Amino acid sequence: MSTETKERSLKKVCIICAKGTIEDVYATLVLANGAVMEGIDAKLFFTFFGLDAITKKQMNKIHTGTVGNPAMRMPGGLPFPSILGILPGVEAGVSAMMKSQMDKLDIPPVGEFLEMITAGGGEVYACKLAMDMFKLEAKDLWEGCSGVLTVGDFYSMCGGENTQIIFT
Amino acid sequence: MAQKTIAGISLDVNPEGYLENPAQWTKEIALEIAGEIGIELTDKHFEVLEFLRKEHAAGTQLSIRKVGKSGIVDIKGLYTLFPGGPLKYSAKIAGIPKPVSCV
Repeated sequence: MSTETKERSLKKVCIICAKGTIEDVYATLVLANGAVMEGIDAKLFFTFFGLDAITKKQMNKIHTGTVGNPAMRMPGGLPFPSILGILPGVEAGVSAMMKSQMDKLDIPPVGEFLEMITAGGGEVYACKLAMDMFKLEAKDLWEGCSGVLTVGDFYSMCGGENTQIIFT
Repeated sequence: MAQKTIAGISLDVNPEGYLENPAQWTKEIALEIAGEIGIELTDKHFEVLEFLRKEHAAGTQLSIRKVGKSGIVDIKGLYTLFPGGPLKYSAKIAGIPKPVSCV
């Protein structure tokens, strides 16, 4: 028997986003968009604080955390003292700076990014349990959301050859 | 550099089959590359191809978002025109380098 294995291309990615910071949400969106652009199916599942990304009220107001992030640096590369991060307005300022950098790279705001992904056939779902926990209803969600699912429902979409589940 | 004969012309191509020199591009070449991918080109396709070539010549970093804002086609329409590769296939058919873009 031959031990040679032939590489088979990826067909589907199922991406779970459980956090609501800029970096976590955008990691999810970039991975999903990159997939549909390559002809790979993408299913997105937003849960816990990740739900902010698909909640109408919050989706375009997400921030990055300025406390407890050792990779956070000042413009120019100097260390960013954690104590600065707790000052009022710092988190908003840092987040605005990140968003303006992303805009320069043609990375769209969350709502537009989700539309790009669904335009390419990607599907966006919300977690039922987290919705109940945060007292959210379907009407609170972004219009392009395909539905509210249990974990079991989501797993049932993650079958098939060459499928990967990614947890951002 | 790799050579490939497309539409009767010997062209410089990269290992993925993208034209090295956009100036060598013709509509016949576009039709043949599209045929290899399995896409039948319409006037709408050519409008997108001309847009990509113009933007590439102007030094723009291309993305599906830019094409979506071109007024020629929205992003959903772009996916319909070039299934499975809205940017990589359209660029290949347009005879320009593969865009280095995640959006």
